Amino acid sequence: MVDMTADTPLISLQNINKHYGDYHALRNINLDIRQGEFFSLLGPSGCGKTTLLRTIAGFEDYDTGYVTITGRDMRGVPANKRPTNMVFQSYAIFPHLSVIENVAFGLRKARMSKADKTQAAEAALEMVGLKGYGHRAAHALSGGQRQRVALARALVLKPKVLLLDEPLSALDRKMREQMQVELIKLQREVGITFILVTHDQEEALVMSDRIAVMFEGEIAQCDDPEVLYRNPKSKRVADFIGVMNFLPATVREEDGRYIATIAGLGETEISEAQCPGGVPVGAATVGFRPETLTLLYEGQSATHREAPAMIDEVVYYGDMTYYDVRFDGVDHPARISMRNIFGRDVLAVGTQARVNWSPGALVVFEQSA
Amino acid sequence: MLVSPTALYALLLLAIPLAAVVLISFWTQTGVRDFDTTFTLANYKEALTDPLYRQLMLRSLMVSGLVTLITVLLAFPIAYFVSFGVKPEHKSLWIFLITIPFWTSYLIRVFLWKVILGYNGVLNSGLKVVGLLEEPLSFILYNVNAVILTLAHAYAPFAILPIFVALEKIDRSLLEASRDLGESRTMTFLRVTLPLAAPGVVAAVLIVFIPTIGDYVTPRLVGGPGGLMIANMIQTQFLRLNNAPLGATLAVIAMLIVAVIAVVFLILGNRAAGGKKGGRT
Repeated sequence: MVDMTADTPLISLQNINKHYGDYHALRNINLDIRQGEFFSLLGPSGCGKTTLLRTIAGFEDYDTGYVTITGRDMRGVPANKRPTNMVFQSYAIFPHLSVIENVAFGLRKARMSKADKTQAAEAALEMVGLKGYGHRAAHALSGGQRQRVALARALVLKPKVLLLDEPLSALDRKMREQMQVELIKLQREVGITFILVTHDQEEALVMSDRIAVMFEGEIAQCDDPEVLYRNPKSKRVADFIGVMNFLPATVREEDGRYIATIAGLGETEISEAQCPGGVPVGAATVGFRPETLTLLYEGQSATHREAPAMIDEVVYYGDMTYYDVRFDGVDHPARISMRNIFGRDVLAVGTQARVNWSPGALVVFEQSA
Repeated sequence: MLVSPTALYALLLLAIPLAAVVLISFWTQTGVRDFDTTFTLANYKEALTDPLYRQLMLRSLMVSGLVTLITVLLAFPIAYFVSFGVKPEHKSLWIFLITIPFWTSYLIRVFLWKVILGYNGVLNSGLKVVGLLEEPLSFILYNVNAVILTLAHAYAPFAILPIFVALEKIDRSLLEASRDLGESRTMTFLRVTLPLAAPGVVAAVLIVFIPTIGDYVTPRLVGGPGGLMIANMIQTQFLRLNNAPLGATLAVIAMLIVAVIAVVFLILGNRAAGGKKGGRT
């Protein structure tokens, strides 16, 4: 038994590899998840995030590596013997049982009286906002209610880790946003480690303490949401999280300083911190978020640097307007988002505009990465 | 007035013959084709008091009950295997293979059992060649055992199919959820798979039980004198003894017994599948 000190991770994945036939589903996964963390596995469909979650739950085998939970090697430990519980994507509510029977399902072997079990199940239902729903039939529930039942059913067992497989993807937008907030609150309340699988980057950013972005069975980057958004390590991660504009550039080194020549924007010095994937001397790609640029109106002068651009497309969102602009000498448009402050007109398509950009907000990538 | 073809079909082929049988059961036969149509309960009195009819009825219930039990118990593992153990792309092939016995006529299959179970049949001569037997076994044909064996074989696919369909409908994530919530494979089977398969099992029970209780070909061919069932008596009353009203009475009584048993099974199946859950909000 490994000693559980404060900095021992709750879950540790070491060098996990898994093949389905010729298909390499998980590649060299190394990951430590801490006690009490809200952790997300984010990636497009087929990236292996669900496989990884099921590996932790005990539903998938792996070819190499170790999964340890609270320091204990989980190889050969079946799902029913692991200190994890899962909320399935389909919620997997037992249709032949009532709501309260569903919630109490896992308590069969618990050493407590029947009355205590019922009470525990009712308390779990109350926690997820379904007080008084115990005797309803499972099939009479709405999608959101089913999800709450699935949550209560898992939480009543007080697992070390709660695994959530795309739990919000079947809900409509309003319900989803409401559940996001409720899940965060719930996680803080119970203090259990949550691991969430999602393909929705917004959801991951909103809910998580840390996010692992996965592509093709590999973890591309694992960081907290702010670092992930501001300093993505590769173009691919940058593109997956939020919107990122890319411009071709070249980087050269001069007396220990790095100078980038960016198409449409001109020359600027960049710092090493702006290159999370390492400084790419030579051909490079420069990325910037839509909100780091502003359009300059008549009479306004640039706070940082200024570049001329042509407005290609205008998308009006009420509180925001998105402008697709084309910098001189660049053939693809870049997106700029502007808050619609009272008294500020929406500019028309075809307007020749001036763009205020700040060199510090750029992120520099290798051209191909 | 427009009458839908379905209603017409049901009326002509189901309702009218049924009504005729019920009606005749209250008459008295006076000649080969002559009936006294005065309403009488004499047939029912005779059918319910004569120990011969009671014995035949009880034997029919026993035989079809055993056939149903054996068939469903054997069909469940087969259906379970095809649903859970066979790759999805091979399932329809397996189901197709299971229905192959249906390609030959029912009569031929019954005769085949005669060939297998007979005094000089495949089983006896086989066991003699191997040296396990000195004298051929005589208790395996022309008795109730042979009837049960033959019927159980004939109805096996009827039992496999509904159970298979019920098992196929079970969302596999429910089984994973049960494992995840701490239950072993066995407990998952008992707490999730079995209750959810209950409607299929009930369907299988009814599909086997209802026709076997009225079967008369099999007891006639392999049952011998001790293996006769109520349907054989009904046939005898109609065709040999010229007592159609008594035959009709026996048919109505058998039908009522089957109906009561079927309703009980339907209610039990509905309970197991959680059909009653949620009524008390």
